Amino acid sequence: MISIRNVSYQIGSTMILSDISLEIPKGKVTALIGPNGAGKSTLLSLIARLERLQSGTVRVGNLLVGECSNRELAQHLSILPQTLDQAPRLSVRELVSFGRYPYHQGRPQAEDNRAVDHALTVFGLADLAQRPLDALSGGQRQRVQIAMNFAQDTEYMLLDEPLNNLDIAGARSLMALLCDVSERHSKTIVIVLHDINYASRYADHIVAMQNGTIMAEGTPSEIVNADLLRDVFQTNAEIMHVDGVPIVLV
Amino acid sequence: MMGWYWAGVFSLALLSFCSIFIGVIDLSVSDLWRDPDGLHLIAISRFPRTIAAVIAGGALAVAGCVMQMLVRNRFVEPMTAGTGQGAALGILLVTIFAPQAPIFLKMMLASATALFASLGFLAIVRRLPPKEPLLVPLVGLVYGGLIGASVVFVAYQADLLQFISVWLNGEFSGVLRGRYELLWLAALGAGFTYFAADQIAIVGLGRAITTSLGLSYGQVLLIGLISISFISALTVVTVGIIPFVGLVVPNIISRLFGDNLRRTLPLIAMLGAGLTLASDIAGRLLRYPFEIPVGSVLGVLGAFVFLGLLYRGQRYE
Amino acid sequence: MNRRLIWLAVILFVCSVAYMSVGARGPLSFVLPFRGAKLAALILVAVSVSTSTVVFQTVTQNKILTPSIMGFDALYVLILTGAVYSFGGMVVFGFSDQFVFAVSASSMTLAALILFSTMLQSAKADLLRLVLTGVVLGGLFRALTDFMQRIIDPNEFAVIQGASYARFSVLETDLLMIAAATCIISMILLWRMRFALDVIVLGREAAVNLGVNVKRTQLLVLMLMSVLVAVSTALVGPIAFLGLLVVSVARLVTPVEQHGVLLVSASLISAITLIGGQTILERVFRLSTPLSVVIDLLGGALFLILLLRGYRR
Repeated sequence: MISIRNVSYQIGSTMILSDISLEIPKGKVTALIGPNGAGKSTLLSLIARLERLQSGTVRVGNLLVGECSNRELAQHLSILPQTLDQAPRLSVRELVSFGRYPYHQGRPQAEDNRAVDHALTVFGLADLAQRPLDALSGGQRQRVQIAMNFAQDTEYMLLDEPLNNLDIAGARSLMALLCDVSERHSKTIVIVLHDINYASRYADHIVAMQNGTIMAEGTPSEIVNADLLRDVFQTNAEIMHVDGVPIVLV
Repeated sequence: MMGWYWAGVFSLALLSFCSIFIGVIDLSVSDLWRDPDGLHLIAISRFPRTIAAVIAGGALAVAGCVMQMLVRNRFVEPMTAGTGQGAALGILLVTIFAPQAPIFLKMMLASATALFASLGFLAIVRRLPPKEPLLVPLVGLVYGGLIGASVVFVAYQADLLQFISVWLNGEFSGVLRGRYELLWLAALGAGFTYFAADQIAIVGLGRAITTSLGLSYGQVLLIGLISISFISALTVVTVGIIPFVGLVVPNIISRLFGDNLRRTLPLIAMLGAGLTLASDIAGRLLRYPFEIPVGSVLGVLGAFVFLGLLYRGQRYE
Repeated sequence: MNRRLIWLAVILFVCSVAYMSVGARGPLSFVLPFRGAKLAALILVAVSVSTSTVVFQTVTQNKILTPSIMGFDALYVLILTGAVYSFGGMVVFGFSDQFVFAVSASSMTLAALILFSTMLQSAKADLLRLVLTGVVLGGLFRALTDFMQRIIDPNEFAVIQGASYARFSVLETDLLMIAAATCIISMILLWRMRFALDVIVLGREAAVNLGVNVKRTQLLVLMLMSVLVAVSTALVGPIAFLGLLVVSVARLVTPVEQHGVLLVSASLISAITLIGGQTILERVFRLSTPLSVVIDLLGGALFLILLLRGYRR
């Protein structure tokens, strides 16, 4: 479980997050949604110690973020940053192998190689293993990066807008894969999403944010409703229910 | 891959052999058996000169690669982006204010000013938009030129102009036994970066990934900058600024073999050493019996390759 | 605006008087012609640099580039070296400076035209790539010059090395007449084009729409500019950042886009910088550092600031 207590964050005099307390359930897929500038990515960065906490505490499992060592946290939590802006000249396998760094510190063991192979298989990249990254499509590259996070073999995986630059087929298969990974390997996955429908369809738990505060949280069928759309997204879209999943008509 | 390593070692050995037997004083392999002066010549001048070119070239190529990873830009290198000029400024200031200081202390001070110059460059680069990759080398060239100009300014005031031409234009003709040994420290510095190869490659992937993998971004950055500054300072003080090796070599190797530094760093070092040694040999032969400094040879060669990279790079965007 | 120009002219006059008189020793009949020739040369250089920079910025549509940043004066020194190479050093340097100047200046114009008109066309979309290319080319020309000089004859190296650093205290006054003539002709031609230049500032499409032959104007400007660069480089050597410095100041002092004003104010400021700076540095402070090094420092810093300001994150 990730528990966040009284976290506030400001840049200059602008309040980005104000007094957030939140528990993210273990072993589930949680989606962070909200309009641009709601503070989703900042919250994720604070959990992953990419930004330094200004006030409040964040606890990942029984590790206190900011107190425990970087390396220790890296064995329990990984983050996929928004985009790798320039593709490095590495092969797929080489990049995924870096995910093992927190364990071997530069001297990979047989076990590390097995973990890399496993990650490549799970993400369907075994055939592409020797390909250079810059020969892949944006969607494939995204998959490779997530495979690297998977190879890091952490209980908690944070992903910041992984669906950017993906077409609908790529986005659906990635979300399905993440749900599958979460279920089979009992991983806690937190995803920042733009599209409320993906959250509704695939996530177990949704946290809706606006202006640096949490507006609602719960399962999709509990919280995706007309009130949420009006209060958080300032729109009056209609909602349909398909197999019990609330879908927003856009 | 192993084959490439051996090819590198073999060509480097061949070049070193040529370097030892090429120079103003005629010397052939058969002479060595008869003429004791020949061995003396090798020990005093030819061998130190060859080793100096190999170490300086290899270390600068490695330093260039490290800098490109830290700055995340393929068009920068310490000798044109202020680090080399910073080292020259440091050694100039020491020469003015503490001419009696032991050489080791002078080195440390030059490394410190080189480090300050690189930190300044990094601070500027951080404020540049990531969407404009060409802005980084441009700012680097101007920044380096600016520090170079202040070196000239100070040198004029202190009447030390003849010194700075030694530091600002790389040359191996002055390398003799007893006057190049500091360079072994640069070799040590370059060797040290090999142990940090993974860390540096990871930093090249960006701050977020670095942190996510449990590394301290700032710490790796600082270690990288220190080794760059150290290598630059040692090279500048012993043989002077040698441009473009650090820029061109990592780019070529990266195009051919990728960015997995643990595999490619030895190749980068060997190609850097080979290129510098070959340029030095060319400089000795082109206007025999006079010499053209290696800095001038590489200035011409490197600028051509740089322009090539600049316009070839366009295709991948 | 006119009042500001008059003030600039007054300052320039004061600077010139100071330059002529401060620290003068010996009979006036000796000092006046000696320093007068130097003053004339400085003014020629100042006006050439500022004018070439203003028109270059107009043609390339940006405010941070100058001919020297793009490597033009390095190109001139390279060509000069080439001339020495082909004619044999002693002959050229002993024989006739005017001849070398004429040959170099015309080859420079040709080379610049070929090189930079293709470069401007191919890199029109990407200003940064253009600038970077220019800076690297400048470095390449300098390296080539150095390389050639050492190839020609290591003994003669010293002869030309003197010619590849700017110095304002030792001026090539032999060239004064021919330099002045070329310079004045180029300036008159450029001055007559000032209204067309005003239109070009609006952009290529707007200029075509208003009936200006953009391509012809650009070529002509590039040609005249090359001549001006040749003049200033021949007289004092390369001066990297003077143009950028004085034109940026001129844009602050007279903030209008009219070339009729800008060309004049930039020239005045340029002349004030050179003459005033030379007087202060050489006669008042007695600094041993040449003015060109100081200008390089200030101008380089300014260039960096302009770059960072233009592309702030």
